[in-house]
Amino acid sequence: MSTSTEMSNSLSGNAGNGLKTAAGEYLTFVLGSEQYGIEILKVQEIRGYDAVTQIANMPSFIKGVINLRGKIVPIVDLRIKFNLGKVEYNEFTVVIILNLNGRIVGIVVDGVSDVRELREEHLREVPSLVTRIDTKYIVGLATIEQEMLILVDIDKLMTSDEMQLMEAAVH
Amino acid sequence: MTVDMSQFYEVFFDEAEELLAEAEHLLLGIDVESPDVEQLNAIFRAAHSIKGGAATFGFMDMTEITHVLENLLDKIRKNEMALTTEHVDAFLAAKDVIKMQVDGHRHGSDVNAEQVSDVAMMLKSLSEGKAAVVVEAAPAAVAEAAPAAAAPAADVAKPALTITADEKAKGMTLYDVGLPTVTEKDLANLKDELALLGEVAVYQRSENVHAVLVKTDSSADDIVSICSFIVDADALVIQVAGEASSAPEVTPPAAAPVEAAAEPAADAGYGFFDNDPIIKTDAKADDGRVQVAEEMGYGLFASNGEEQQEEGYGFFAPFKPHPDAPKAQMIGDDNAAAAMAKAKAETAAQVASTAEAAPKEERRQQQGRREGDKPAAAAQSAESTSIRVGIEKVDQLINLVGELVITQAMIEQRVNALDPVDNEALINSVSQLTRNTRDLQESVMSIRMMPMDFVFSRFPRMVRDLAGKLGKKVEFVTSGATTELDKSLIERIVDPLTHLVRNSVDHGIEKPEVRREMGKPESGTLTLSAAHKGGSIVIEVTDDGGGLNRDRILAKAASNGLPVNESMTDNEVFSLIFAPGFSTAEVVTDVSGRGVGMDVVKRNITSMGGHIEIRSALGYGTTISISLPLTLAILDGMSVSLGKSVYVVPLNLIVETLQPRAEDLKTVTGEGLMVHVRGEYLPIIALHALFNHPTQITTPTDGVLLILEADGKKSALFVDRLVGQQQVVIKSLETNFKRIPGVSGATIMGDGSVALILDVPAIIQMGQTTNYVTGGMAFSNQNYLTSQNTINA
Repeated sequence: MSTSTEMSNSLSGNAGNGLKTAAGEYLTFVLGSEQYGIEILKVQEIRGYDAVTQIANMPSFIKGVINLRGKIVPIVDLRIKFNLGKVEYNEFTVVIILNLNGRIVGIVVDGVSDVRELREEHLREVPSLVTRIDTKYIVGLATIEQEMLILVDIDKLMTSDEMQLMEAAVH
Repeated sequence: MTVDMSQFYEVFFDEAEELLAEAEHLLLGIDVESPDVEQLNAIFRAAHSIKGGAATFGFMDMTEITHVLENLLDKIRKNEMALTTEHVDAFLAAKDVIKMQVDGHRHGSDVNAEQVSDVAMMLKSLSEGKAAVVVEAAPAAVAEAAPAAAAPAADVAKPALTITADEKAKGMTLYDVGLPTVTEKDLANLKDELALLGEVAVYQRSENVHAVLVKTDSSADDIVSICSFIVDADALVIQVAGEASSAPEVTPPAAAPVEAAAEPAADAGYGFFDNDPIIKTDAKADDGRVQVAEEMGYGLFASNGEEQQEEGYGFFAPFKPHPDAPKAQMIGDDNAAAAMAKAKAETAAQVASTAEAAPKEERRQQQGRREGDKPAAAAQSAESTSIRVGIEKVDQLINLVGELVITQAMIEQRVNALDPVDNEALINSVSQLTRNTRDLQESVMSIRMMPMDFVFSRFPRMVRDLAGKLGKKVEFVTSGATTELDKSLIERIVDPLTHLVRNSVDHGIEKPEVRREMGKPESGTLTLSAAHKGGSIVIEVTDDGGGLNRDRILAKAASNGLPVNESMTDNEVFSLIFAPGFSTAEVVTDVSGRGVGMDVVKRNITSMGGHIEIRSALGYGTTISISLPLTLAILDGMSVSLGKSVYVVPLNLIVETLQPRAEDLKTVTGEGLMVHVRGEYLPIIALHALFNHPTQITTPTDGVLLILEADGKKSALFVDRLVGQQQVVIKSLETNFKRIPGVSGATIMGDGSVALILDVPAIIQMGQTTNYVTGGMAFSNQNYLTSQNTINA
């Protein structure tokens, strides 16, 4: 199992980004035709989409802010960010509320599928294929029951300049 | 055995500061003639607790001074010695010194070792029963402890310029002006100049060191300003000399400010230490001996801080001079030396006993707690006990309750839509819930509230010192000290209020002789009051002094190039003093009058969401009234709608709101739209354009204009319509997101939705950076520019 050892090595290389080990529980969600997985410990809750207050002069994928039990939380629509054609807001629209080192951010995705337990043998190396999300935010792939799961370093993605969610993004 | 003591430092510092404040409070209130034994005990306990704590934590410099203080207090409370005003002054000085030491340990600020040893000596000589003969009453030590200024030795004869009680009553004062080393020529010049003020006599204190006696009805400040042409004003030491008959038992009329470290004294028991080398050799060489013993004494049990903790307080550590110990001093009195050695021994014993406790962490903690509880329980018997809780816990509680209130409001709204007959029970329960929630919110909000007394209590001392320094008589009255205000506001109101009180004492209240001429009582009254008015608190500083001179302010404003005219209302004229660099004071003193300050005061108050106004009648006095919101977390806002969104505008920045008529709108070529309001042309900033927000209403005549004023600039903000006025809880956008140009925060409305709070100063700036309105000022803030590329008129 040399591949899996290599895999876990390359994954533990990302420890600085909060991804301690690749094995563990993942929340999987759908964006377009791809299945993505994020570490379950980063997820605070999942809720519907409503009452978003629009903010002036923001890129279109930053939908605005919501009141999450008294906290003002920004909402990012990953469907707009990654150009997934049809964007609708209805009672089935799902927002994943992430807690990234104390910062709370909501992301809108096409749908939440499942929570999956990933073991080392499920994990594969990062491929050079083209996904919606830039490969630099992808920490690995996993195959479970013939389905491919793309594992995203959500910390790194959400704090990146291109998401424009952080103060530094402005300057 | 390395225990990290630093985790307990903060507790000790907090406690020490509280104890000091309390001791000061008691000292100021004490009746010298017949002191209340309970009060003396309370002061003693405060000193004792600080000593105990300081010893526990190894702050030997503090232990030392509190020990001397405690000794003296002990004698007084056991009736071995009668309390005099001298004692009170010495205690106050000691309090200041200890405070300085606490700050030194806490913030690493400078500790003036000379001052510390001065006070220690003063206390020591007092406790030896010798009334320290303070020649000068010293309300006028203007120069701050200039070491170069030689203190006069007692044995140098003064010339026969004296002042009688009669002359004193006429407002004459005899000043003793200590000069730095000057040439003969300068001295002669100085004498001539000072002769303009009154009678002058020059005498020699020691070789090269001269002093001038001046009998005059002018103030010490006048002397300084005259002297400053010839010598360095900072090197002057000015004191009020006593009457010719002034005997030791004549007590000084005012406290010697602690800054006067270079205070000269005639008595050997007080003046034997002096860092001036000339005096040291000349006057005191015979019976003086260098007091190495003192340092030895310290070396026994004190070394540097860390070692003390690790090695049983350094008790057995090799000799090392204590870093905070006073410098080697000349000592001229064997008795004093002996007494001091004894005091040292006692301190050592005390420290030793603490050192025993050191190995056991728990015991030490217990001790600290016991020490802390005692005075709290005894001195504040009337007040109930309290607990220390981190402010973030309280804030979290307040946030949660805020949520609860919003949720409750939502439930109420939904329930009100139900049929009242079918759902009677539910509706009753909900109204019960409403009441309970309100009560809960009130109690939780009150946790952060502190009585204004926390601010007010620091002023009696300041006013007393200031009045003495300026030769004025001021009676200080406070009212509404129990009025409560948010803690963060309490902290921020201190500086502006200090400034206003200083101003009132310095410029407002006149000198006794002026007051007598005007038929007012000699002593002026300064009132500090606080009261609730609606949703805000009103703090007023009132003096019955000269009042503001409208004509003088107008003239000064005109000469400063401010736009003024005779037809302005009093209120508008008085507001001019808040302009930067504005001062009509005839004499700039070291207290106030430099014209910096009132603008800062106004800015501080505005940043707290409050406003300030002045009422004044020439000859009768001035009232400066500050009104503040009860808490920073809540803002009085006007909600306005724009398309489907609601924005909140801080109410205190809205001058007026109006619906413009078409003829009032003017287009200025290249500068966009202006509106004509009461003779002024104001640029219109369209919020929908600025924020790129879709809306049906795009012409100002269909919407509403809010006239906003911030940082002295006015603009008209164009929005769709007004929704209503309400108090909103301010939430930060930055916690989870980032700063948004033009938005200062967010709030949660009654229906649970988020509304953004507009940052009015930023919006006015943003308006000015576009070509859309008066392009007069260019701002380089790129933050704003990025968002404005799309804006057009």
